Amino acid sequence: MIEVIEGLDTLYLVVLGMLFLSVVMAMIRVILGPTAPDRAVGLDTINTIVIVSMIIFGIAKGSVIYIDVAIVYALLSFISILFIAKYLEGGEF
Amino acid sequence: MISEIFEIVIYIFLAIGVFFNLLAGIGLLRFPDVYTRLHAGTKCTTFGSIFLIGSVILLGLRMWWNNDADGSILAIHSIVALVAILVTNPTGAHALARAAHRSGVEPYGAVVDDLKGTIKPKAESKPKKKPVKKKKTSTKKEEGK
Repeated sequence: MIEVIEGLDTLYLVVLGMLFLSVVMAMIRVILGPTAPDRAVGLDTINTIVIVSMIIFGIAKGSVIYIDVAIVYALLSFISILFIAKYLEGGEF
Repeated sequence: MISEIFEIVIYIFLAIGVFFNLLAGIGLLRFPDVYTRLHAGTKCTTFGSIFLIGSVILLGLRMWWNNDADGSILAIHSIVALVAILVTNPTGAHALARAAHRSGVEPYGAVVDDLKGTIKPKAESKPKKKPVKKKKTSTKKEEGK
């Protein structure tokens, strides 16, 4: 269990709420984006915010394992975004 | 003394990071175009992530300063995650911008596309890649193109 400054874990939960608001705005763009690259851009933004949210949640709950999950999530989301871009681009792999 | 300085810097970093992540969401909603949305959604989240993870790193360093061994684990793992974000995020944005340009999405209000013939879909000797340049004119004609 990680000892933090008193009151800081509550502050981190407030930060998580604001990040969730940003995720909601990106999700609106994913839903009503006119073209396919718009939706891909929204997904990319959601991925980055989710990585940061995992790290913040790990520090708020006091366990380091969330940060390791965030590292793996970052690399996997990068590969998925590259595949989506290659698919949108057309042509051969 | 040093713990209090760390604490104040942690608060400032949290404020900057949350502000820029919210700006990313607002920019994604408000900008008119794929390229400008990429501009908002990638740069702002990268900058905000640097500061949010930086606050976690500073918290770990503060715990390490107070003779807590868990702080070093926290700081090092957060640094690895930050490096992963810093390497992968601009690369993914560049790939998305290139894919959007090659799939025929035009910038908002564009009349002349300078990169029309220079970036070919399948070229053996690839020309040097410039960032996508937008020409804007004062009269916004041909919007439905």
